[in-house]
Amino acid sequence: MNLINTFFNVGVLLDSLPQLLWGLVVTLQIGLTSIVCGLAGGLFLAIARLYAPAFFQILLRIYVDIFRSIPLLVLLIIVYYALPFVGIRLSPFLSAVTALSLVSAAYTAEIFRAGIEAIPRGQFEASAALGLSNRHTMIDVILPQAIRIVIPPLTNNCINVLKDTALASVVAMPDLLKQATQAQALSANPTPLIGAAIIYIILLWPMVTVVAKLERHFSRGDR
Amino acid sequence: MAALISIRGLKKAFGSFTVLHDIDLDIAEGEVVCVIGPSGSGKSTLIRCINRLEAFDPESTITVGGIKVEQGAALAKVRAEVGMVFQSFNLFPHMTVLRNVMLAPMRVRGTTAAAAEIKARDLLARVGILEQAEKFPGQLSGGQQQRVAIARALAMEPKVLLFDEPTSSLDPEMVGEVLDVMRKLAGTGVTMLVVTHEMGFARQVADRVIFMDGGRILEAGTPAQIFDSPQEDRTRGFLRAVLNH
Ligand SMILES: Nc1ncnc2c1ncn2[C@@H]1O[C@H](COP(=O)(O)OP(=O)(O)OP(=O)(O)O)[C@@H](O)[C@H]1O
Ligand SMILES: [Mg+2]
Repeated sequence: MNLINTFFNVGVLLDSLPQLLWGLVVTLQIGLTSIVCGLAGGLFLAIARLYAPAFFQILLRIYVDIFRSIPLLVLLIIVYYALPFVGIRLSPFLSAVTALSLVSAAYTAEIFRAGIEAIPRGQFEASAALGLSNRHTMIDVILPQAIRIVIPPLTNNCINVLKDTALASVVAMPDLLKQATQAQALSANPTPLIGAAIIYIILLWPMVTVVAKLERHFSRGDR
Repeated sequence: MAALISIRGLKKAFGSFTVLHDIDLDIAEGEVVCVIGPSGSGKSTLIRCINRLEAFDPESTITVGGIKVEQGAALAKVRAEVGMVFQSFNLFPHMTVLRNVMLAPMRVRGTTAAAAEIKARDLLARVGILEQAEKFPGQLSGGQQQRVAIARALAMEPKVLLFDEPTSSLDPEMVGEVLDVMRKLAGTGVTMLVVTHEMGFARQVADRVIFMDGGRILEAGTPAQIFDSPQEDRTRGFLRAVLNH
């Protein structure tokens, strides 16, 4: 009984629920903004790497490798605490979105690159032979085919971005985790933390099962 | 008459391995030229240089309809005038047959969807495949797919059509239907450059037959000259091998 009162205290949970839901809104704002920026950036990087001069291709590869190697928490702290020393002062929200988007773009670029490379060379050659521009080749021929391949890993990446929004609490962003720790301090009871965990799970579980379904669907090879 | 395609000193190497040695070739408007030769002799590479699917030595020149084939803004223009049919069809699998044929005129020539569709249906009828217009390429037989690919190339109203072994990946019973379409095309005055192993087709349809070996044009002439009285030992040996297997 004591345990339930400690971790699942209904009174505390109800009291903290509005605060947690505000946190969820902030989490979603950070997450969705970063997902959109990461997708756009990743697609740009992937296509640029395909068509840019060799020198830029190397730069792009270095970008992708660096941002896939750096721990997100380290990057976030650099953006928030180190950049002000060179005069770049970003709000907690912008810091979180910047760090998440930079990393997400790197992963997304790799996902798109793999998807584009999985399209047979003959598709590029047939497009070129017809006189299609690079842009139309991508928009009409390559990307519609690549999208089937990249949807499962992209969804996976979205899940990771949404999870990683929790790191924003270290730069004082009032996201779901931050609200939960504040509510916990206020009520001197860990129930809000459990509540936050449950909200994360409710948010992400459907996406996780969707990815599993998509992966099964695509590995069966039907369209 | 000025040549439609003019190839001068064409050199192509993959790394240190030279695949084409100084090829000179002119093709007149309306001419049907078949290219024959052993595997690895450079036939595909030659025709892929014409629309620059393969980059070639900067000293070499190829012109199509007077436009130089070189990297840059003019390349798409040349490619729009040069149709190509591949051994492996390379249709766009996510579009219907009709959309496959409509796409390039709309995107490259700026044709309206309505006009492109009328044109596409007309071409599909010409290659005998109109009733498949709403299907996807994966639902068609190889012979049908290759006929769609021919219609797709024709939709751009190219000055010349390049064929790279268009029947080599077909089941034997489907070779005839594709060759029939090509034979009809040749009769309408389209300029064609055809890499093929179908000696019967070459003899019957070509105005000129080119025999390639080791990255060189060893011999060229009318079908009668090449098939009935070849001058080179290599040509004789090749023809004996392919005609007697
Ligand atoms: N991308 C490439 N990289 C390296 N070598 C190549 C490449 N493409 C072709 N080659 C080589 O160039 C030579 C000519 O090839 P090509 O495909 O033009 O021959 P082909 O006459 O069309 O032969 P086939 O009848 O087998 O199609 C071959 O020796 C081939 O191995
Ligand atoms: Mg070949």
